[in-house]
Amino acid sequence: MRAPKIIDSIRFLSFTFIFDIMVIKTEGLTKKYGKITAVEGLNLEVEEGEIFGLLGPNGAGKTTLISMLCTILKPTSGRAWVNGFDIVKESGKVRKSIGIVFQQPSVDDLLTGRENLAMHNLLFGVPRSIRKQRIDEVLSIVNLEKRADDLVNTYSGGMRRRLELARGIMHHPKILFLDEPTLGLDPQTREHIWAYISDLAEKECMTVMLTTHYMEEAEQLCDRVAIIDYGKIVALDSPETLKNKIAGDVVKIKQKVRDIETIKNLDYVKGVQEKDGLLYLSIKDASKHLQDLLTHTGPIDFVEVRSGTLNDVFLYYTGREIRESEAEGGFWERMMKR
Amino acid sequence: MSNFFSEIEGIYAVWLREAKIYVREKERLISSVISPLLWIFAFGAGVGSAVNDISGYSYQIFIYPGIAVMSVLFTSLFYGVYIIWDRKLDFLKEVLVAPVSRASVFAGKVLGGATDAMVQGIFLLIIGLFIGVPMTPLVLIQAFFMLLLISIAMVSIGLVIGANLNSPEGFSLVINFVMWPMFFFSGALFPVGNLPSWLEGATYVNPLTYGVDAMRGIILGINHFPIYYDAAIMLLFALLAMGAGVLSFRRM
Ligand SMILES: Nc1ncnc2c1ncn2[C@@H]1O[C@H](COP(=O)(O)OP(=O)(O)O)[C@@H](O)[C@H]1O
Ligand SMILES: [Mg+2]
Repeated sequence: MRAPKIIDSIRFLSFTFIFDIMVIKTEGLTKKYGKITAVEGLNLEVEEGEIFGLLGPNGAGKTTLISMLCTILKPTSGRAWVNGFDIVKESGKVRKSIGIVFQQPSVDDLLTGRENLAMHNLLFGVPRSIRKQRIDEVLSIVNLEKRADDLVNTYSGGMRRRLELARGIMHHPKILFLDEPTLGLDPQTREHIWAYISDLAEKECMTVMLTTHYMEEAEQLCDRVAIIDYGKIVALDSPETLKNKIAGDVVKIKQKVRDIETIKNLDYVKGVQEKDGLLYLSIKDASKHLQDLLTHTGPIDFVEVRSGTLNDVFLYYTGREIRESEAEGGFWERMMKR
Repeated sequence: MSNFFSEIEGIYAVWLREAKIYVREKERLISSVISPLLWIFAFGAGVGSAVNDISGYSYQIFIYPGIAVMSVLFTSLFYGVYIIWDRKLDFLKEVLVAPVSRASVFAGKVLGGATDAMVQGIFLLIIGLFIGVPMTPLVLIQAFFMLLLISIAMVSIGLVIGANLNSPEGFSLVINFVMWPMFFFSGALFPVGNLPSWLEGATYVNPLTYGVDAMRGIILGINHFPIYYDAAIMLLFALLAMGAGVLSFRRM
């Protein structure tokens, strides 16, 4: 006989207070700009402590969604709670409990790194007694101690991003929102930023909600990913599950004579998409089934086998690819336009 | 109480940022010193040589209070354009998302702009001492506060315009329609006493007229209206402008 009492009561409690565990919850959240519906009837729940990703192409509504959750924008309809506070009625409480890194640069060029952080301290009411210490703490988390007293206009793009991360966590927010944290950064810097994000999420025990249109970013960093397109969530799960559910492996075939129906009916073929004259087949364990597959396709011009990515998941749900070239101009370009 | 204190800190944070940036942007500092010099010496002395003395003062001295007001007016109004630049990227969002009321953010910006304009104002008051404007310490103090009041009102107007527009080009256009009429119909360049009646009407509805009149009264002792009357109207105008500013910031 085991004595399950304590465990059961913990389960029961956590079930009863499930609402508390959801640090972000939206119900039919909608934002319209005139005729454009940027976010459409979104229902979403984010658990405490997870890194949650919103993956979608440019214009999908990611920034609009984050802006509403951060109380910068008022929703057209629907409701949302952040840390249990209503984003419209209790916006002040929401603001105190969140940190944000905006899509576009938002540190002041003509202030030093330290001055930027000090200004944030004042604005967010960080207690006077811990201000200095907290600045040093966050600077060391993002490895900017040595450059802290230089003007930000001498920083590289990656350093600015790190400073913004440091500023975002300054007042010990329970949730950190990151809007395209590595937009326009080179691949190496991007990986550094990823390391900083997962590091600080762990060190500061934070829930992180980030948006991105880089699949690798969502894959590497996120516990769960919502794929968002035209303001709607088309799929939501952990990156692995998303990939396994539909992709597994991807076989790309160019074939003259088409008999798609036969291929679709094969039991190991989980999905078929046609694009630019190519067939994309989602297949579990492609190496095992390739031989058999080719007997059904007949003569082919070209075949490629690779393991599936979130891009394939996106393609599967929307019939389009998230292309990096669709992205807005890079970070630096936009810095220059100021 | 702690809430009140955090609002004060918010105002201080926004002001401090503005002040630091003003000091570090050398172009702004230099241009705010040079343009009033040109008005006083090139315009005042040049036109003055062709114009008779007014109320016993040379033209250069007569327009000195008006030039001081003008400099503060231009700098203050144009300050509103920075908010448009800030908004083009996400600079302003960082402040707007802080748990500080919009009234405090606005107040910080107004103080920032007024600091900017008053650096120029103080510089002009010092020049006044050297070109023979009769100024006692009391006059200096009164003139300083009058300029500050004008500056606060005009920065507020500039910020209202900036908060409601999206492009710097649009801002320049609107501000020119506000600034030049305000300046020309203020009596800064001529006495308000014996004007054609249409012009007199325009000067009476222009709030800046009362600012110029107050400054001329304080510095040269030439008043068209009683000084308390001038000061009260300027104060009322500043309050209205600030109210409009807070409303505009809430909608941002
Ligand atoms: N201020 C605005 N006015 C009008 N339309 C907007 C505004 N902001 C965003 N949009 C539109 O809403 C949609 C979603 O935009 P956004 O949330 O920025 O997408 P994302 O961040 O995913 O790239 C786009 O079609 C965009 O053009
Ligand atoms: Mg965006």
